[in-house]
Parts: sequence; C-alpha cells; structure tokens
Amino acid sequence: MPVPKVPDKGSVTRRGFGVLRVAIWEEPGIFALSVLASMLYGGMTVAGGWALGWSTDHVIRPAFESGETTTGAIVTLISLFLGIAILNAIGVVGRRLGAGVMQFRLQATYRNRVTRQYLKLPLEWHHQHSTGMLLSNANADVESTWFVIAPLPMAIGVIAMLVFATIAMFAADVWLALVGCLVFPLVFIANVIFQRYLQPLATRAQQLRADVSEVAHESFDGALVVKTLGREAAETERFRGPTNALRDANIAVNKARGMFDPVIDGLPRLGVLAVLLVGVGRVRSGGADAGDVVQVAFLFTLIGFPIRALGWVLGELPRSVVGWDRVQRVLTATGGMEYGEARLTSTKAARLQVAGVRFGYLPERDVLAGMDFTIEPGRTVAVVGPTGAGKSTLTTLLTRLVDPEQGAVKVDGVDLRDLARDELAGSVALVAQTAFLFDDTIRGNITLGGDYSDDDVWEALRIAQGDGFVKALPEGLDTKVGERGTTLSGGQRQRIALARALVRRPRLLILDDATSAVDPQVEARILAGLRSAVHDDAGAATTVLVIAYRKATISLADEVLFMDDGRILAHGTHTELQSSTPAYRDLVDAYENDAERRLEEAELDLDAEGATA
Amino acid sequence: MSAAEASRLDHGDNAGGLQTLKDGLKVSPELGRGWGLTGILALTMTAGRIVVPIAVQQTIDKGLSGPNGPDMSYVAWMCLVCALGVILTAGASYLTTVRLAINSESGLATMRIKAFRHVHDLPVLTQSTERRGALVSRVTSDVDTVSQFLQFGGFIFIVSLGQMALATVVMFFYSWQLALVVLLCFIPLFASLKYLQRAMSAAYGVVRAKVGEMLSAISEPVVGAQVVRSYAIEKRTQDRIDASIEDYRKTATKAQAITGLTFSIGGLAAGLANAGVLTVGVLLGVDKQATLGELLAFMFLVSLFSDPVQIATQVLTDARSAFAGWRRVLGVIATPADVVDPGEDGVKQARGPITVEFNHVDFAYPEGELVLRDVNARIAPHRRVAVVGETGSGKTTFAKLLTRLMDPTSGAVRLDGVDAREISFESLRERVVMVPQDGYLFDASLAENVRFGRPEVTDAELVTAFESLGLTDWLESLPDGLQSPVGQRGESLSAGERQLVALVRANIADPDLLVLDEATSAVDPGTEVRVNAALERLMAGRTSVTIAHRLSTAEAADEVLVFDDGKIVERGPHAELVGAGGVYTQLHDSWIAQRSAV
Repeated sequence: MPVPKVPDKGSVTRRGFGVLRVAIWEEPGIFALSVLASMLYGGMTVAGGWALGWSTDHVIRPAFESGETTTGAIVTLISLFLGIAILNAIGVVGRRLGAGVMQFRLQATYRNRVTRQYLKLPLEWHHQHSTGMLLSNANADVESTWFVIAPLPMAIGVIAMLVFATIAMFAADVWLALVGCLVFPLVFIANVIFQRYLQPLATRAQQLRADVSEVAHESFDGALVVKTLGREAAETERFRGPTNALRDANIAVNKARGMFDPVIDGLPRLGVLAVLLVGVGRVRSGGADAGDVVQVAFLFTLIGFPIRALGWVLGELPRSVVGWDRVQRVLTATGGMEYGEARLTSTKAARLQVAGVRFGYLPERDVLAGMDFTIEPGRTVAVVGPTGAGKSTLTTLLTRLVDPEQGAVKVDGVDLRDLARDELAGSVALVAQTAFLFDDTIRGNITLGGDYSDDDVWEALRIAQGDGFVKALPEGLDTKVGERGTTLSGGQRQRIALARALVRRPRLLILDDATSAVDPQVEARILAGLRSAVHDDAGAATTVLVIAYRKATISLADEVLFMDDGRILAHGTHTELQSSTPAYRDLVDAYENDAERRLEEAELDLDAEGATA
Repeated sequence: MSAAEASRLDHGDNAGGLQTLKDGLKVSPELGRGWGLTGILALTMTAGRIVVPIAVQQTIDKGLSGPNGPDMSYVAWMCLVCALGVILTAGASYLTTVRLAINSESGLATMRIKAFRHVHDLPVLTQSTERRGALVSRVTSDVDTVSQFLQFGGFIFIVSLGQMALATVVMFFYSWQLALVVLLCFIPLFASLKYLQRAMSAAYGVVRAKVGEMLSAISEPVVGAQVVRSYAIEKRTQDRIDASIEDYRKTATKAQAITGLTFSIGGLAAGLANAGVLTVGVLLGVDKQATLGELLAFMFLVSLFSDPVQIATQVLTDARSAFAGWRRVLGVIATPADVVDPGEDGVKQARGPITVEFNHVDFAYPEGELVLRDVNARIAPHRRVAVVGETGSGKTTFAKLLTRLMDPTSGAVRLDGVDAREISFESLRERVVMVPQDGYLFDASLAENVRFGRPEVTDAELVTAFESLGLTDWLESLPDGLQSPVGQRGESLSAGERQLVALVRANIADPDLLVLDEATSAVDPGTEVRVNAALERLMAGRTSVTIAHRLSTAEAADEVLVFDDGKIVERGPHAELVGAGGVYTQLHDSWIAQRSAV
C-alpha cells in the first residue's frame, strides 16, 4: 500500500485527517491494539452504567423492599463491579500505553528521517537554512506533528462508547435515550467551539512567549553595554511591553477555559437532571424502571469527561498540520552529491590543481571567478587576501563540501567529482575557522571513531600544542568536553580540532585561520612543529595550504597566493610579492598591527579564569 | 555580604515551601489579593458538583417512592432548583478562574519584570557568557512553567481538592458506614500516591536528560555540517543520533507506561469502592439503615472522589517542577547585586574635567586570589593614559573598577575626590563611559543603536556626532543611512564598522572620562584607518584611559601605567619607560620580536 497523501489544499481539518491517515499507515499494528484497548475501555464505561441499572432492579431494590438478600446476589454484585473495573483498567493501560508507543515511535521515525536528510543534503542547502530552524524541524516540529496521536485512540474509543451508550439507552427507554441524543451532541459541539476559539488565543500566547524570550536574550547578551551606558531602567521598560502582552494573552486563554469548562462540565449535569425529571414521568406511566433511570443518569456522569477527547484531537489538528508541513519541507528537499569510482593510491604528499574554477552562492554574484593554480606536492602555501576575497569558500571547494559551477579541482590529477565516496577524507583534512567539537571525550573528538592508537593521538596533540593541557585534565583523553566543547577555551578547542586533522596524517592539510584563538607564542610553536612534522625523512609527506592572517604564518610558507574578489592576483614567494604587488604589501602591513593586538588577546579570558578558579 | 556570595546565582534550593510562598508574595503582592471573595466563589463552585448526587438521592427516595407513587411535582421543583444551582455555580466557576488567572498572571508578570531588572543589576561576573542561558531561562521558561501549570491543572486541582472534601462531608451525612467503606477502598491508592509520584518524577527526570542528549546529537549534523562532511563521518554521526533518538523513545515510553498505570489504579480504586459500597449498602438496606436513594447517591459521590485522585499524580509532578521554577526565579531576585546604585541619596556631580584616584585598591574575584594589590594612582584631567601589561596582569580589572562595573575588595576609587560608591548611577554613567572590546549592537537601526545611551537626541544631532568623528562619508556610504538595520548582534556590519558604531555611541553619551578596551579583532585596513581617526577625535578634550593592546597606543599616550601581577610597577611616558630596562622594556622587546618575525 502506498503512503497516503496529505492533501496540499483544503481545510485544516481535512489536511489534519490526512496526517492522521499517515500515522495509522506507519504504525498499523500498535494503532489497532490501542484502538481495541480503547474500545474495551469505552465498552466497560458503558457497562458500568448498565451494571448499576441492572443491579438496582435485580439486586438492590428487591433487597431493600423485601428486607433480605442472598450470598449469591452479593457475590454477583462484587464480581460484576470488580470485573468491569479490572477490564476497564486494562483498557485504560492498553490505550494509554498504545498511544504512547505509537506517538514516540512516530517521533523517532521522523527524527531519523529528518537527520538522514541533514546528512545527505548538500552544504549549500544547509547554508540556506538557519541553524535554529533546522534544529526545531528535527525536534519541536516533529513533536508537534505527532502530539495529536496521544488522544487519538481515546477519541476513537469515545466514539465507540457513544455508540454503545446510545444502544444501551435505547434498550433502557426511548424517551430517556432521546434526552441523551440531545445532550451528547451539545457537549460535543461545545467542545469543538471551545477548541476553535482557544486555538488562536493559545497560538498568540505562544508567539508572545517567543517575543519575551527574544528581548531577554538580546538584552542579556548586551548586558555590558546596558550597564556601561546606564540603560537598565530603559531596558526593563522594553521588556515590560511583551511581558504585559503575554500576561494579557495568558489571562485571555484562562478566561476562555473558565468560560467553556463550566459549560462542558455543566451540560451533562443538566442532562442528569433532565433524565431524572423525564424518568420519574416514565416510571409513573410504567414505561421504565427506576434502574433504567439510574443507568442513564450514571452514564451521563461517566461520559461527560471522556467526550472531551474528541475536542482534544480536533484542537491538536492545526498544530499537527503546521508541524507536518515544516517537516515535509526537509524531507522533500532534493539534492546530494554524486560520487565516482576513482581511488587515491599515493601515500606521498598530494598535488593540488585548481583549473578554471568559478563558484557563487547566488546566481548573479561570483565568489570565485575563474581560479587557476597548481600546488606541487610537499609545498606549504599561504593564501592571503582581504576579508570577503573568497578564501574560506576556496577551502570548501578543495574539500568538496561544494562543487564548482565551472572548472575542476583535482588531487593527484583526479577530479574530486570522480572520487569514490569517503575517498577524499582519507587524503585531505580541513581545519576550519571555528572548531566544532562533538559531545564526546577528547579522544573521541580526535579519532572520530577512526582506528588510531593513543600514541598517535598524543603525537598529534603534541604537534598541535595541546598535549600539555590535556595531560593536566583529571581524566586526560577520556575527559568529556561537553556539548560543543563548552568546558574548553577557544584556543583549546582549536588545538583539538588541529590534532583531529593531524592524527590522520593527511596528504593535503588545509588550515583556515585554524589557530586564531591561541596565543601568538603558542601559535608560533604550532607552526614550527607543523613544519617539521610535515617533512618526513624522505622529504615532504604533506602538502599544506593555510589561510593566513598573520605575518608569522606567512613566514612558514614556501609560496604565497594573493587573492581578492575571487581571483588570484599574484603567486610567488613572500619577498617577490612584497616588491611586485603594492596591495599585498599594504595588507601584510595591516596584519602586522593585528599581530601586536593579538598578543594581548587572551587578557580578558585569563581574568575570567582567575575568577572561577 | 562577602564577595563569594555575590558571584553565585542563588538557586533557592534550600528554601522551604513556606519560605518560598512568603518570598513569592513579597515579590508579587498581586498573588495575595482578593482571597476572601475568591474563596467564597470557589466554595460555591465546588458546591455545584454535589448537586447531582443529592438530586439522585431525592428523586429515588422522595420522588419515585412517594406515598402515592412517583411524585412528579416534587421532582420537577427539585430539578428546577438544582438546575438553577448548576447554572449559578457555573457562573461562580467562571469568576473563580478569571480572578485566579488575573491575580496569578499579574503576579508572574511582576516577578518576571523584577527578575529581568535584577539580572541587569547583577555583577558583570554573574552575567558572564556561560551563565547567560541560565539567566534567560529564569525570566522565560521558568516563569512559563508556573503559568502553564496553573492553566493546565493547578486551578482544576485546587477546586478538585475542595470537591473531595465536600463529597466526604456529604457521604458522612448520608451514611458514616458507607463513607468509611469508600475511604478504606481509597487508602491503598493514597498510600501508593507518594510512591507513584516519585516514580513518575524520576521517570520524567530521565526523559528530560535524554531530550538534552538527543538535541545535542541532532545538532551535530547541523552545526558541525562542515566537519561531518570533510571527515566523512556521516555513518558515525547517524549512529550516534539514532542511538540517542532510540534512548529517548524508550524512556519516554516508559514514563508514559507509569502514567497509564497511575490512571488505571485510580479507576480500580473507584471500582473497588463501588463494589464495597453496594455490598455494604445492600446489607445496611436490608436492616433499614440506608435508603435506596442514599446508596445510589454514593455511586455518584464515589466518582467525584476518584476523578481528582486520578489526576493527582500528574498534577503533583507538574506542581513540583512549577514550584522549582518559581523558586529559581525568586533565587535570582534574591541574588545580591554587589554594585548598588546609591540612588536618590547618591552624590550628583557637576560635569567637567575629571580627576581619578585609586587609593590602596585591592581586588579579588570571589574565592580567588588578589588580582589587584594595593593599587594607587592618580589620573589628572585631560590626560590620555594607556594601561599595558601581560595577560592576567590586572589591567582589565583596573578598567572595570574605574567604571564601577565592580567595586574594590578594599580601598577606594575616587572621582573628583568622591568615592565612586557614593555617586548616583545616573551621574556616574553620565560622566564615565566605557567602550568595550566588542561593542554589542542590538537588532535595530543604526540610529537606535547610537542613541542607545541617550534616546532623546535628534537625528540632526546624530549626524553631527558622526561628522565630529569624521565619519560622514561612511554614514553616507550606507544604503539607508541612519535607518540602516544592523542585523542581529550587528552582524550586517563588519567587526570594524561595529567598532565605529560603538565609538559614535560613546560620542553621543559625551562623557568626561572615556575608558576604552582596545579591540583586538581583525579589521580590514580601510576601516582601521577610520577607527583610529575617530578614536583620536573622540579622546580629544577628555580624560581617557585605554587598555592598550597596541604598541602605537602606548606610544601616543601622555602616560603609560604598566601592570604586572596585580600591581602598577612602572608609570611614565613611553619615551622614559622604553629604555628603563623594566617590565615595559621587556613587553616592548617582545612586540618588536613578534613584528619582525618575517
């Protein structure tokens, strides 16, 4: 059976039922089980009313009137009510557990699918969507799509319950049943009106909660500016606006609840009174027994609450549809990289060729416009250029995070697009500007699950100048770094990211300002270590391409690529470029000032560290 | 108050229930208002719930079994009275909910605003980046938890408790024997409530932890997309995500199972009570100790009794987290703000040339060693001072004390001879302005950002402020001029342009003493020239203290203060210090060495 299609157009309710169909199609077994349990619950609830009516006529009244009863009658009473209660409890547990299993399974399934898409879709797609939105697609949106599953089995059970109840009422007495036929639809309609009325109010409160949070985030992020300019009172006034709006929205929601709750509660109560009134008339005319009256009245009491489940399902449908649409935007996105069959077999330093490469994130604007250069194996090359020259974009092309629109990037003469999947990662390692760490141990962050000995890891850390601080940690390599490495300083994170690349002994190493947060002295040691590490006994084992922002970094390079506006403007040694290219000279002089500034960069960090020590 | 107390964020963990209530009422007086009428309305509302059982009893005993057969008119009258009762109590119910909602929401809003304000009064250290997330939750999700709890269970539960109490009274009125039977049948449930609730809290605690782990795992392919791709670890990443999703699914299902069990136990207790009441009731009826109506009314009363008990475990669990949230917010408000505004009592200083003095100033961060030790300094009006020193030497601390972002542990900082602690914030912030390294920009227009310190200035004055710093051409190069949006955190501008905005902002504030923390981030050469020129003009005619990260800044200053290990070890103009062979000479040498590394 194909996946049921959720209609693109139509009312929210119609589309919502489409989502429910998908849910049932995904989990038919557990859905059937929970509906069966729920029907048992519905049946037993009605049976409770029937049992009271039956025992009133057949056990209780005779006993009261005759002044005597039998053990058999008492045993019947006990087993009847206990039996119904036990079956009812089984129904309740089955229904709730089934709904839970179904809801959480659906969540898990869709989270798996969404995250698989994240891993599959190209990096360009990622760049087009904000982090916050992607995280909420995989979490909050999936959750809100399937919230509606929680009350779904109960609602279906309630429908069964209403059918049973109607039958039981008609079996008892037609007139009493007619009262029921008047009251139950009224309760249902009141529920639907309530949910429809409440939905926009609840959405507004939700929106205002986000507003409050936004002001708080921004204001606390700028706390220092607020303090230094003495704007605390003004900021508080700014916060007061959304806070008071949220207060009013919450009061409006409560008012709606306060208005509808007594109506939805009160209707069955009025129904009971009507049943009593009509019932007395029917008993007088001989059309019904006292037991019939009691049974119908008791049914009203029992059904008043469960009937709300129908309203819950209808009320959740809009949220479910919104969540579904947002999740579908991810699931139906297309794209992904094609891979070839080629392998890289060399164990020596790689040769890198960039031939006629053109690339732009937006169609009308090229970030890289016709780049041509070759880096010979074992060379260390510094890429220098002003902000926005396209340096970081170049690194993403070299590691095939994106493909060029024209031209080709080749390693050892092989076009990256012809390489087999995962083949490039075996030869090329990129260390990016911001070090991303996984919520894992330091070892895990360096090996990334690869098969490396502790000696290899320590050696990589030594070159990255990270062995010292890792050794000082109580659990060494087994220290957990926390989510995104929050327990470490920026410089420490960068050194781990560097070790991650070095442990792989890449044949081409690409550093994109990968040491920006470490002390200049430490950086100098890293660069020196790198220089000796990439030269093995037989000569250079690694080709290095480094995006340079400091004169000291440039001094490490054998040659310099000077670029601006997505083009290579000059290619040669530092000395050559200094005399041949005035723009290069100006830029490097600016870096010189920058280097001085960075000397003092760790100051604030250290002050703060002293404070928490 | 010790400094150690100040650094901590009070979580209020130790406060008892009663203390929390007391503190809460003090923060939000609205919570204590109008309880007399609300109480009466709530009582009326619960009374409405027992109308039905009484009507049933009356109908059976008096209506159906009247001396002359069923008594139609009696039942009609009674039903009419009862119906009026139901409608009246529905009105009372509405009024109760609305009154409770208005009081509690107003109280929560007041608390939210007070907490927000207090966060801004907290020491800079407490506002540090790593705590910011926690602080935001105090004024957002923690308050929302309380509000949501009240909306989705709190009010109902309070009323339900009244309903149970009233049902018990009516039961004892009809028959004490049957009432005892009902209570007896519910005892096992009451006994297990505490245990079930604990199990549920524990289960949901695990669920919350697993949600956190899952979110962290899910964020990896999003935030770390580049690393995942370039190291080809898609498989490993997916495995980690799958495992965390599966973990969460299992724990959430388990928690759901416990909830389901709790609900079914409530139903079982009700079934047991029904069977017990009927059995004992029939035996009593045989002895003429109970009427049929009373017995049947009991069946209706039992359901009034069992419904609240069934939701109790869930509500109690929610109540616990709501209460914890409330305590956390109150905890923030209770956290001492060490730098206190003397307010109305404070000294209001005249504007004009300013003299700064440090007298025997010590400073230590809470539980830390001294960062500044016996610092003495006097900065004369209109002097341009550069503060230099190695990482951790205490020069940033010096600037924070100067601007009263912190107070000295001992000793005093004086402005024109007055202890900074005695000057009203209004006067102090008018005279002393600090330009931090990264001037934070708000997601608003350029104009709104530069007039942040003084919202009253006109657009014309803003243009003059740009002009006086030599930034007219830059302003004109922006597409929308003053109205250009700067984006979140000013991300539409480059780092250098953000510095320019921070300088204009300081220019608008027009202080007597300017404290600058020189920015260290990379700036493109063109903007660099602009920043330097603007700085030069901003410092003209003012006393200025710059935490210098550049040799050129120290060279250009009238005077250099050299910090080493928390002390001022040298002071004087660059020309004197550079050849003195001290700390400054060393710093200078290492700068030169770094510079000529190529």
